[in-house]
Amino acid sequence: MSERDWHPSLRFMAVWQRNFLVWRKLALTSLLGNLADPMIYMLGLGYGLGSLVGEVQGVSYISFLVGGTICYSTMNSASFEALYSGFSRMHTQKTWESIMFTPLHLYDVVIAEWVWAACKSLLSGGAILLVAALLGVIHGAALLWILPIAFLIGLCFSALGLVITAIAPSYDFFMYYFTLFVTPMALGCGVFFPVEQLPAALRDAADLLPLSHAVALVRPLSLRQVPADIVLHLLVLFGYTAVGVVLSCRLFRRRLLR
Amino acid sequence: MDAIVARGLRKDYGGREVVAGLDFAVRRGECFGLLGPNGAGKTTTLRLCLGLVPASAGGVTLLGYDMPRQARQARMRAGVVAQFDALDPDFSVRENLLVYARYFGMDRKAMAGRLPALLEFADLTNRAESRINSLSGGMKRRLALARAMVNEPDILLLDEPTTGLDPAARHLMWQRLRGLITQGRTVLLTTHFMEEAERLCDRLAIMDNGRIIAAGTPRELIDAHIEPHVVEIFGETAHIWCDQNAAPLAARVERSGESVFCYLREAGALLGQLERAPQLRYLHRPANLEDVFLKLTGHEIRDG
Repeated sequence: MSERDWHPSLRFMAVWQRNFLVWRKLALTSLLGNLADPMIYMLGLGYGLGSLVGEVQGVSYISFLVGGTICYSTMNSASFEALYSGFSRMHTQKTWESIMFTPLHLYDVVIAEWVWAACKSLLSGGAILLVAALLGVIHGAALLWILPIAFLIGLCFSALGLVITAIAPSYDFFMYYFTLFVTPMALGCGVFFPVEQLPAALRDAADLLPLSHAVALVRPLSLRQVPADIVLHLLVLFGYTAVGVVLSCRLFRRRLLR
Repeated sequence: MDAIVARGLRKDYGGREVVAGLDFAVRRGECFGLLGPNGAGKTTTLRLCLGLVPASAGGVTLLGYDMPRQARQARMRAGVVAQFDALDPDFSVRENLLVYARYFGMDRKAMAGRLPALLEFADLTNRAESRINSLSGGMKRRLALARAMVNEPDILLLDEPTTGLDPAARHLMWQRLRGLITQGRTVLLTTHFMEEAERLCDRLAIMDNGRIIAAGTPRELIDAHIEPHVVEIFGETAHIWCDQNAAPLAARVERSGESVFCYLREAGALLGQLERAPQLRYLHRPANLEDVFLKLTGHEIRDG
């Protein structure tokens, strides 16, 4: 069916469920990884580096770090799933192709991958939230607001990741994405230190990147504060997400249905 | 109503015509073959029939549905086996069937009754819990065929269903397909094995360079184009010997590599001559589709 004959529906859930069933086979190790990773970050950077830097923006370094790490970990997890795992299913295993022989359309598959990667990244972000709460670093019911925002962050980076997957000739290509996009964001968008530390020009550039807006929402919430400019930050994240979804659908179509 | 109808079907990629104007119809209950070398446009034709690629010109209907516009309805009732099995390596044999059924909207409960029969059909009842990577090539292909049957399709589209299989696995696969065809299932298959086409297809179209160059039943095609006897003569000196001895006796002589193909209405005289030329090896056989292809295109199917 062509673009105009396709309508969004819940059909994509069959593909989502396929990914879930595969994940479930390795769920225990996967969940342990989700928990161990942030523990190492939190303890290593938070307490180790934290003992050197003391307070940041009026709170202990480890408390400062939690919000940024949730965003960073969510971004990373969504990106990995959309890039490496998505590419495996699309290209190496040809899982997508065999699905497209059924009544499902390519777009159903892309949407399933998009939502799936976001769900998986929510587990990563949620794990950090859980660890930090258990360590007593952050507390309060308002923390639960972080979960829907983490899901949005996951949707955003999963959509952007799929754009790259759609144009990737091989796994090696993803290195560029991480080196040129993900790592600079991790360092420039206020994950490990406040953006105010950056020179003005870099700070302006960082303002354009989605991770800055993710951190601007999650960090205040993790510190029991109401974020400033909520609507702006949400709009930027939604905007990147929408562009990512539409663009990746177009690019996948050009790659697979021609 | 025919199961597939293609009218003036064309597909070009950047000016290169891969499918260059096809007209054919697959009747209900028949096995129709697209026979041709790699690159003849067979797979693209199949993808056009499935609505996976838009045609550059012309059109095709699958089970009466206009493709690709009504692809969802049509694919609901079609089963497909691609050249690469594309089975899910993360799942067992059983899970592969269950998960695939979900794409057709069938849940575990709907599948419970069908699963044993599908496993039986694939001859994998004892391997239901096996991982895909532990299966042989033949087992994988039979599972791919069983998977294509989860929705009890009205038509099967098979892209080179036995390519890459060893002869024993190929015969097992043919047996399964023969069974389906005998039950009256409609099948469209592509192949570059003339033996496969002769064994399975009620009718077939020979394709080369995106065009159908001949169509009919295997018997019709052979009778229409080829003398009944073929003597293949091999060896370095075959060419020279044939120019002198075979050419006057044969209705037609074709060369391909080191082989010379002599087509005859009566083989006796040539075989007598060959008795006196022990330096040459030869094979006397009835004419087949490979000969039809060679005559019509000037090259062998496997040359591509």
